[in-house]
Amino acid sequence: MINNVKVSKNKKKNFKVSLIFFIITLLFFYLPLLVLIVSSFNESKTMNFTGVSLKWYKSLIFDSGSLWNSFLNSIIIAISSATVSTILGTLGAIGLYWYNFKLKRYIQIVSYLPLILPEITIGVALLIFFSWIKIKLGLFTIFLAHVTFNIPFVLLIVISRLSEFDYSIIEAAYDLGAREIDALLKVIIPMTIPGIISGFLIAITLSLDDFVITFFVSGPGSSTLPLHIYSMIRFGVSPVVNALSVALIIATSALTLSTRKINKYMFS
Amino acid sequence: MKKNYGQIYTLPLTLWLTVFFTIPILIIVAISFFKKGLYGGVEFKLSLDAYKALFNPLFLKTLTSTLFISVITTIFIIIFAIPSAYYIARSKKKDFWIFLIIIPFWTNFLIRIYAWIAILGNNGLVNNILIKLGVIENYVQFLYNQWSVITVLTYVSLPFAILPLYSTIEKFDFSLLEAARDLGASKAQSIYKVLLPNIKSGITTAILFTFIPTFGNYAVPQIIGGKDSVMVGTIIARELTVMRNWPLASSISVALTIMTTIGVLLFSNFNKSKTEELRELKRGIK
Repeated sequence: MINNVKVSKNKKKNFKVSLIFFIITLLFFYLPLLVLIVSSFNESKTMNFTGVSLKWYKSLIFDSGSLWNSFLNSIIIAISSATVSTILGTLGAIGLYWYNFKLKRYIQIVSYLPLILPEITIGVALLIFFSWIKIKLGLFTIFLAHVTFNIPFVLLIVISRLSEFDYSIIEAAYDLGAREIDALLKVIIPMTIPGIISGFLIAITLSLDDFVITFFVSGPGSSTLPLHIYSMIRFGVSPVVNALSVALIIATSALTLSTRKINKYMFS
Repeated sequence: MKKNYGQIYTLPLTLWLTVFFTIPILIIVAISFFKKGLYGGVEFKLSLDAYKALFNPLFLKTLTSTLFISVITTIFIIIFAIPSAYYIARSKKKDFWIFLIIIPFWTNFLIRIYAWIAILGNNGLVNNILIKLGVIENYVQFLYNQWSVITVLTYVSLPFAILPLYSTIEKFDFSLLEAARDLGASKAQSIYKVLLPNIKSGITTAILFTFIPTFGNYAVPQIIGGKDSVMVGTIIARELTVMRNWPLASSISVALTIMTTIGVLLFSNFNKSKTEELRELKRGIK
């Protein structure tokens, strides 16, 4: 009895130390966001709060044409590269997971290597490659690069989904006379769809967020949102960045919260 | 017997990765052994100049400071990630806490870096508060040095450590800790000898997920760093875009890649041999 009491007391104490670290971590995470939100409504350009004002939001909406242009570029690249990498990654995952063939080892290595290589190496290699074969740097090269770094993530997610399901279902489909294309479209893809969707969403987020690789393979006039933000930060900080960040925080949170399904996929 | 469709399924993937990954990587490996061209590009003469330049004291200094920054950052991250992940794993509202950890990372990565300028900058939050409190009279430069880079790198990578640690700690059987305490272990002992060895795989993943992106980081030292915090990534970018020295940018990238790969292999091997040892030990006991 006495022992029991002692144990639970100790457990509580243990809990407290970790709680303190956890609270510090959360503060550390949210302080920057809070500062951005508060200063986006601040009339003054500095951190001294002089009054509430919406002028940074106004200038974000009305006189930031090039920013919106970059945003549009980002969206185009995110959707196109996520689509292509999802198709390549899903087909590849099916092939890698269920079949054995000659080049399997090679494919496994090259599809995981981009995950462990430093991003900058991929950026440098692609920039030199593109200049070598004389493709003009621009939105198209950014698209090519994004598909490349998205593939491993889609592949991993779809493979983990495939590992959860029973191959005998597909065998049953074959026994009932399905051709390979029927099995793929009517059995395999419908059953993998949660994995495919979460792969696609992750690819979109990675693409929207990428800075380093895009920085190397972009050309004049092909700015994406991260590149635009980077130049805003480097050449004179304007509080418009604050307003933009708040808009982005709200947009992404609303998007993810409103679609509970998306949420679920993100977590699984 | 069914036809083998593996090659057909993986064909598009294989072609894509070969053209846009394998070939570019092989090209930079090859280029690193050539002489630099006058205006970018290369001259097709074999040379080890680009590798000799790696032993230049200035570059070695950058390498050491990159290593220093990465190691300290990783240590900070692990110190905060283990207790946080432990707390989440033992809490009743796990999903909610994980959600809270993830939310800040939906914001663009550069904006999160930028927020730190608003906090630590000369006109920033910390300076303003300290001046108002009368602790200091004039602003203190917190930014543009090693420690600001370490702070922001910690901030950027911490969730990538918390998530894998959480998923291993969640599977840990907490009654083992109580058993250890009942058998007379102190609280610290129960954590070092029971919890930590059991979550080793999570710690390894966490370290890899944080050390690699930190070591090759480009954006953070560029925006937050100063003279003492030039990192390898900064040098690569400068050689490539400003100095137009392709062979040197390539040789540094190759070196960076080799170092990372060796690190990954050593680390995962070390971990494997330890778990195997443990498994054998268990077999012995049985």
